[in-house]
Amino acid sequence: MRELAASVISDHVAEMCQRANIYLGEDVFKALKDSLESEESPTGKEVLKQLIENVEIARNEQIPICQDTGFAVFFVEWGQEVHLNDGTLEEAINAGVRRGYEEGYLRKSIVDDPLYKRKNTGDNTPAVIYTDIVPGDKVKISFAPKGGGSENMSAVKMLKPSDGEAGVIDFVVNHVKAAGPNPCPPIVVGIGIGGTFDKVAVLAKKALFRPVGETHPDSVFAALEKIILNKINDLGVGPQGFGGRTFALAVHIETFPSHIASMAAAVNINCHACRHLERII
Amino acid sequence: MEPKRIQAPLTDEVMISLKSGDNVLISGVIYTARDAAHKKLVELMDKGESLPIDLNGQIIYYVGPTPAKPGQAIGSAGPTTSGRMDAYTLRMLEKGMKACIGKGLRSQAVKDALQKHKGVYLAAVGGAGALLSKKIKKSEVVAYPELGPEAIRRLEVEDFPATVINDTCGNDLYEEGAKKYAR
Repeated sequence: MRELAASVISDHVAEMCQRANIYLGEDVFKALKDSLESEESPTGKEVLKQLIENVEIARNEQIPICQDTGFAVFFVEWGQEVHLNDGTLEEAINAGVRRGYEEGYLRKSIVDDPLYKRKNTGDNTPAVIYTDIVPGDKVKISFAPKGGGSENMSAVKMLKPSDGEAGVIDFVVNHVKAAGPNPCPPIVVGIGIGGTFDKVAVLAKKALFRPVGETHPDSVFAALEKIILNKINDLGVGPQGFGGRTFALAVHIETFPSHIASMAAAVNINCHACRHLERII
Repeated sequence: MEPKRIQAPLTDEVMISLKSGDNVLISGVIYTARDAAHKKLVELMDKGESLPIDLNGQIIYYVGPTPAKPGQAIGSAGPTTSGRMDAYTLRMLEKGMKACIGKGLRSQAVKDALQKHKGVYLAAVGGAGALLSKKIKKSEVVAYPELGPEAIRRLEVEDFPATVINDTCGNDLYEEGAKKYAR
């Protein structure tokens, strides 16, 4: 059994919260720069230039890329040979979020009671945490600060198996079209297909953690990612919705086996500040 | 096309000259308000009480910035989704607000109200919070400090970039722009 102190998890989490919010990953930065080359609309190009400059200012001056420094979302793969000392995983992660958001001058965007009082918790906790127990003695922490504007443009639909590929395409493209400029395009579109009502939403979220440029490992689904991406860009919505050819930078699909009666589908949208980081401890 | 330079607060003359698709650079004083501040302002209007800020000719910026680091005027400060303010916008226009800066779609009721009150809806680039923060020279909380990032701030801005989405004639860049590039 490997012994691991909760403080080690907290230290990593605090550092990840700050880093992810200030330094946009090279995968997304490259996609933005590539889209500047291919964009046809002058207004769209102007927006992309501002976004690239924004990434550079954030890095050089240590300013968060976006003022919405997000809901702290974690996927943890916990090696079953690791024993955590001095606290629970949840406490350790939340302690890291608390410290990272305070020390990093990040915005605290979480309210406690979602309906009535909506009082800010003051430290951006609690985080949303998904945990998988895996073989081995390592811990992998993946983190994304998820902005509210793009998160609001998300949906789950319980399609019928007979709806087939066309049903998935229609659902996603129509949904993204309705979202239009709201989720800060160019967007990254996370799609879940399969599983249950709850599982498919998590799949769509997980799809947003995949580096831009990587495809689904199954070539059939990789091809579907491309079809949907082209259809979305053909809507003409463009950067920030001002019109253009770059509405989305990428479409990522995650899949899971399905019940014989179901074909669940989910869309989770990320803005161009598609921030994600991982650490293996 | 060269951006138009405009001075805040705004006059009716300037409002009429602004057309959907124009890029503008705003200098002067603007105020911030998001969901919670709007709710409070409209509650005061309902009670017939005076507001903590005079809305006449003003630009309201929908933003909840990150905390400023020592030496900074403000933290990251890009626009939030405007549609959440739709329910309050008519009331704000009636009290003299001339323009709002945000990002994303507005309801038909808001677009109609903008025409009626000679107002415009401007979009700043969503997610460009670091860049936009450099255009804000001074920031001061003037109401509702208890709301934290949602407090009302008075901002002094210089060449703050925005694009006209809905103008006083009922044009909409979101509709026209997408039509032009759709295939």
